[in-house]
Amino acid sequence: MADAHGIEAEELVRTFKGDIRAVDGIDLRVEPGEIYGFLGPNGAGKSTTVHMLTTLLPPTSGTARVAGFDIVKEGPKVRSSIGAALQEAALDNLLTGREHLNLQCALHGIPRSERRARSQELLERVGLTLAADRKVGGYSGGMKRRLDLALALAHRPTILFLDEPTTGLDVQSRSALWAEVARLARDDGVTIFLTTQYLEEADALADRVGIIDHGQIVAEGTPAQLKAQIGRPTVEAVPADGSTPEAIARILEQFGEPTGGSPKGVAVRLEHGVEDLAGIIRALDAEGIKLENLELHAPSLDDVFLAKTGRSLEGAAEEEEAEAEA
Amino acid sequence: MSALAQVGYVARRSVLRTARQPANIIFPFVFPTALLAVTSAGLSPATKIPGFPTDSFLAFFLAFPFIQGALFATMNAGTDLARDIQSGFLNRLALTPLHGGALIVGQLGGIAVLAFVQNCYYLAVGLIVGVRLESGIVGAIVLLILATGVAIAFGALGAFFALRTGSGEAVQGLFPLLFVGLFLSSMNLPRNLIETDWFRIVATFNPISYLIEGLRSLIIAGWDWEALGLAFGFAAVLAGASMVLASWALRLRLTRT
Repeated sequence: MADAHGIEAEELVRTFKGDIRAVDGIDLRVEPGEIYGFLGPNGAGKSTTVHMLTTLLPPTSGTARVAGFDIVKEGPKVRSSIGAALQEAALDNLLTGREHLNLQCALHGIPRSERRARSQELLERVGLTLAADRKVGGYSGGMKRRLDLALALAHRPTILFLDEPTTGLDVQSRSALWAEVARLARDDGVTIFLTTQYLEEADALADRVGIIDHGQIVAEGTPAQLKAQIGRPTVEAVPADGSTPEAIARILEQFGEPTGGSPKGVAVRLEHGVEDLAGIIRALDAEGIKLENLELHAPSLDDVFLAKTGRSLEGAAEEEEAEAEA
Repeated sequence: MSALAQVGYVARRSVLRTARQPANIIFPFVFPTALLAVTSAGLSPATKIPGFPTDSFLAFFLAFPFIQGALFATMNAGTDLARDIQSGFLNRLALTPLHGGALIVGQLGGIAVLAFVQNCYYLAVGLIVGVRLESGIVGAIVLLILATGVAIAFGALGAFFALRTGSGEAVQGLFPLLFVGLFLSSMNLPRNLIETDWFRIVATFNPISYLIEGLRSLIIAGWDWEALGLAFGFAAVLAGASMVLASWALRLRLTRT
């Protein structure tokens, strides 16, 4: 049985019309107080998983317990223990930020005498005090996301689901949200289930990461563990004028297997690690190949994704979108 | 927290939303009264038709704004709910302990408040231009209750369409359909004076005729228990059926466990 602050899922499956298996047998365990990053491209099954774990969507098969409660049999108890900021910042443009919080507090049964103070506390925490009495329709994307987070926290949940909370935000808003999410886990002990398609977000925030692709978890562990599985760095060379990528590729492929690089460059994962670098430079020089740039990359979560699925995360997102449009 | 308190919170939000959308306020106030003025002026000679129940076409036609206002309520209730579905706000509400029934009743509570204010306005306009209610002050109260009940019934129908389709456009598409229904009723003439057979038959089978006739009876006839019974009966059936359909559609829409 999952801990009162944890999440546990076994063989969770959700199919949709046309026998589409959006989530295809997920097992996961999130420990209390942990930030769990659920990483994957668009359409991988992240949001469907969140909808099931938050009781908004019944699973086709499998079981899950959130905060110690069964998501199918004990939906109301699960909902009273969790907060959720779903993919779309679901707000009413005609209400003010404060009115949103008052409504949310009221519907969660927070006594009238405490509502005003709780709303004010949350507005201060997410930095919306000055905008509290303005209609949400005039908020920026970052402000809406911060209000969304405040609403999810209204009833002091022990588990928080954040579904792509920073998608579409500028760098400053994203950093502010990251800081608040990290603080919630560190200071308040809130368990956080965070879906994202941003590698750096999972890398910066998550204690552990699950990588999902085509409805299945293809890798799981701490970011360091996952990168260690890949182990070897990649080297990427961008040809200068007069040199061709093909000539560079011929040489680099003697030192490792090709991997995704920038459109103008050629990249390989080094067979023996950093020690190959000197040999590469000597070989390129011997052929008279001029380079515009040569970079050594430590393994990233994208490398992990590539190694596990055969595609880069960015490429996978485009592929999923093309499939969806078709 | 009691379901009644939940209804109150949802209704308060519904009223706030409506009050902050000028179009939702202006159209239900302006259009019905403008049509009342134009139609009354244009069709006043109809009172000369033998058997016409009153010598004031304005009094005869005053029931119309109440029904048209109720149709606006259909659209407002439906489009607001559809917007909540499209924006994901319904999911936000679904994650709270909000009872499904409280969501629909609360939404309709907001519509009822707006409809009541509209109906007071239509009645005031009627009285200002010289219409005298044959049923007196008690009749005026019954008129407001019946007209607000009709608005709730149509509002529930709008909520059903919104929940079933999840589309504000689909709800707006319902409005012209109901408006045609209004024109194919005894809106302009008593049914017994409609000479075109097919029109009279359609008007006779059209429930909107009985809603109008019930309201009209309070204005021009006094206490016509048969007309009132039919109006309250049809309003209750429409409200009941729409609420059942809306509850069913909500169950399909909200798949929370």
